[in-house]
Amino acid sequence: MTNAWTDIKNTDLVVIMGGNAAEAHPCGFKWVTEAKANRGAKLIVVDPRYNRSASVADYYAPIRQGSDIAFLMGLINHCISNDKVQWEYVKAFTNATFVVKEGYGYQDGLFTGYDEEKRDYNRDTWDYEIGPDGYAVVDETLQNPRCVWNLLKQHVAIYTPELVERICGTPKDKFLKVAEMVGECSTPTKTMTSMYALGWTQHSKGSQNIRGMAMLQLILGNIGVRGGGMNALRGHSNIQGLTDLGLMSNLIPGYLNIPTEKEADFTTYMSTRAYKPLRPNQMSYWQNYRKFFVSFMKSMFGPAATAENDWGYQYLPKLDVASYDVLRIFDMMKNGKVNLYFCQGFNPLQAFPNKAKLAEGLAKLKLLVVMDPLQTETARFWEDHGTFNKVNPADIQTEVIQLPTTCFAEDEGSLVNSGRWLQWHWPGGSPPGEAKTDTWIMAQIHLRLKELYKKEGGAFPDPIVNLNWTYKDPGDPTAEELAREMNGSVLADVYDPVDPTKKVLEAGKQLSGFGQMRDDGTTAGGCWIFSGCFTEAGNMMARRDNSDPGDAGMFLKWSFAWPANRRILYNRASCDLEGKPWDPSRKLIEWDGAKWTGYDVPDIAPTAKPGEVGPFIMNPEGTSRLWVRKMMRDGPFPVHYEPFESPVANVIAPKVRGNPVARVFADDWKSFADIGDPAFPYAGTTYRLTEHFHYWTKNNHVNSVLQPEQFVEISEELAKEKGIALGGWVRVWSKRGELYAKAVVTKRIKPMNIDGKLVHIVGVPIHWGFVGAARKGFPANTLTPFVGDANIETPEFKAFMVNIEPSTGPVVA
Amino acid sequence: MNMELSRRTFLKTSGAGLAGTTLGAFGFSEAEAAVAAAVKPFHLVNTTEARNTCTYCSVACGIIIYSKGDLRKGETADIVHIEGDADHPTNRGTLCPKGAALRDIVKSQTRLTQPMLRKAGSDKFEAVSWDAALDKIARAMKDDRDANFIATNSDGVTVNRWLTTGFLAASATTNETAFATYKVVRSTGILAFDNQARV
Repeated sequence: MTNAWTDIKNTDLVVIMGGNAAEAHPCGFKWVTEAKANRGAKLIVVDPRYNRSASVADYYAPIRQGSDIAFLMGLINHCISNDKVQWEYVKAFTNATFVVKEGYGYQDGLFTGYDEEKRDYNRDTWDYEIGPDGYAVVDETLQNPRCVWNLLKQHVAIYTPELVERICGTPKDKFLKVAEMVGECSTPTKTMTSMYALGWTQHSKGSQNIRGMAMLQLILGNIGVRGGGMNALRGHSNIQGLTDLGLMSNLIPGYLNIPTEKEADFTTYMSTRAYKPLRPNQMSYWQNYRKFFVSFMKSMFGPAATAENDWGYQYLPKLDVASYDVLRIFDMMKNGKVNLYFCQGFNPLQAFPNKAKLAEGLAKLKLLVVMDPLQTETARFWEDHGTFNKVNPADIQTEVIQLPTTCFAEDEGSLVNSGRWLQWHWPGGSPPGEAKTDTWIMAQIHLRLKELYKKEGGAFPDPIVNLNWTYKDPGDPTAEELAREMNGSVLADVYDPVDPTKKVLEAGKQLSGFGQMRDDGTTAGGCWIFSGCFTEAGNMMARRDNSDPGDAGMFLKWSFAWPANRRILYNRASCDLEGKPWDPSRKLIEWDGAKWTGYDVPDIAPTAKPGEVGPFIMNPEGTSRLWVRKMMRDGPFPVHYEPFESPVANVIAPKVRGNPVARVFADDWKSFADIGDPAFPYAGTTYRLTEHFHYWTKNNHVNSVLQPEQFVEISEELAKEKGIALGGWVRVWSKRGELYAKAVVTKRIKPMNIDGKLVHIVGVPIHWGFVGAARKGFPANTLTPFVGDANIETPEFKAFMVNIEPSTGPVVA
Repeated sequence: MNMELSRRTFLKTSGAGLAGTTLGAFGFSEAEAAVAAAVKPFHLVNTTEARNTCTYCSVACGIIIYSKGDLRKGETADIVHIEGDADHPTNRGTLCPKGAALRDIVKSQTRLTQPMLRKAGSDKFEAVSWDAALDKIARAMKDDRDANFIATNSDGVTVNRWLTTGFLAASATTNETAFATYKVVRSTGILAFDNQARV
């Protein structure tokens, strides 16, 4: 989230699209109710199903899954065509005025530089024109045909209400009603918030769905303001934290990058990370990258990270591909290239696409290690459960070690919520049996491995034997020790270069924030964006003062929010060029003539004069980006692409299949149904129920009583056509697998008219498996395709093709 | 009954074995005292409280865990109740159908309680000791890493990566656990490192 749950009360219009907050985030959704009750805010829901959020919405519009970009570009087209633009904001705070260099272009669904064989672009032309002064060329008058604004206008012009209806199935009048309500938020005193979740991310163009809405929010002037923003609801209790801490193939904590093998040494690595400002006076805060990187390396390798060895640069692995994400690793596993795999609190057999392929991969491992508080299907993938998991254990040679871990109630530490608040919690109970914390287990594994390397030697032991592990009890580091380490500390006294008698930083002290980090090895800090969470003043994440000055919804003394305890990102953009709030009734910060003050921590240097320094301080432009240069693989603007399995060809680019740069593994093409394949005529989608959490709560007796049994959801029209009765058994199958479930026949789903073709939708809740207290069922991933988003490889769980027939239920072996 | 006297205070007092004298002092008759004495003591009497966060979605509702026994005194603590934290700015005491049933996930019949090993081709798990399990894991890692570690690529560039082992990290562990996990995993050269963010 750019904003916070408690800030949603400040909005005038909530758009829930790509999520279902009333069902999946009920207690957060209460802030929508607050806004409706106290401000008269309206709620719009756009979704293939008339879901629980829709049932309390002021306006609902249906949309076919996988067509969101057409809808969003249609909204942008509507706003531009009808002058629903916050002009002052757009001109000053976005890159609308920036001129794009000659050579860049877009035609028939593809941008300049496409290579069909590589399924990739040469992105060299996707950049600004640079002037003789070394800065990007801008045209304040917006007359230059190559300025971003005119390119955008041209790009979205085809997305008329008529085209939106053809692609999305949203009736024109409904689309126009939504567009009209959204357009009203272009005035500086009205704001809209976007609440989205997996309904937008789980597509082969998920990142561009989100960009589409972010662009709209910028055009309306809704980023950085109270009640505005782009608000990812986020699924798991610390998924934000795990991402912030870079537990991903290609990341270092705080959104730094693991080197690629093209970056053979540290100098080369840093050479592309200078982040020189693209306009005069801009902060371009990533210019501090080196300080964050060196401090991280000191935290990782302590005294072994030295100036002489480039802070241990060669201790880090180097990538030869974009990432070894979960799809790639399971593809490698299936091809026999992985021997050992760890699942820490994770149930991939249920959570990744195409269960059959996953099971085949797990069966080729030598050893699978599962650390979990609960039984999982993954740990028992070798167990025969008849039709629910048909295997012969004797055929599976994989050894499995299952380690019992503590759960939240038995553990201490911090979690990051959707609004970036790091909240500390304390344990309330003793672990069951011999269960241990994950930290203890990781420490034990590390110490044993280190011992083996010390004793026996082996392949490059250096990073393992030199890992900084100076905890009081090395076998069991405490949460406080680790939190202090993430915050960072001073390693050696630092003196003022002007006045050497003045000590600026004192060795042994905790850093007060990332502003103190240095690139000379005198500071350490595990995760720069978390710095400030555990300072000399103590554990800031454990703060519990719930006062809220001005009733602004900021709660600055409650826990700690990254970065720098800031509650709304880009909040400088809540003020006009002179530093006065766009909407005085929704003041967040303001320029008092000498400095920025207000209810939130200013997202700008406290004395940076308004009118000089732009609000988007991380970007070299100083502005936000409507056109994103070469930073996304599938284009600087979003384009409507069909899902890989789709009932229709792409209306705007019939020759383009799916997202043209999404990665597809060789074996998987043949596992996709053809476009419009009559064998798989129905558009499937997956979703969650309020009574269940993923595959966990089927282990919970209460939740299993509330929703004991698997079902799929279909329209009355499809039920009639196929002879399916309410509550009757059905078989649903895709080209990859099948499931049996009871049918819920409902008015909540309606067939849609897509470019003259009637398309039925089949809804598949995800929560069932062969372990737990609920009745056995089939995970939704028996059906879903093995393909991910082109930028970040989130699997396409939300749009795929199936068939359905009445059935007598699963045959129990 | 005196409505000024809260249910909790009333039951707490009666449950503490002071029924006769205390209730007498409040003006209750003997019959009422007899009824009060027969009432099951309020189940949160003599519990310790811990502030925690719901383990499910990222709304991150504040919760209070009530336990018999006090971990801070080194005692064993048995969780008897979990409810919403009314002081929490986001949820203000409320919980959803999942959060309201949190105690039952802590107490689930399918909680794991000891390390287990499934041998190649076997149809069952067998109990093993922590030491045996951890030694086996470390040995397997060492052997696989030594056999498959890639120090340089075909161009002679130092790459120091290990691709035949992968690690999926949890999404409900603390930041502190995540950071410890990061350090241990990254120090080995594993690149197949991922978390729930993608799904």
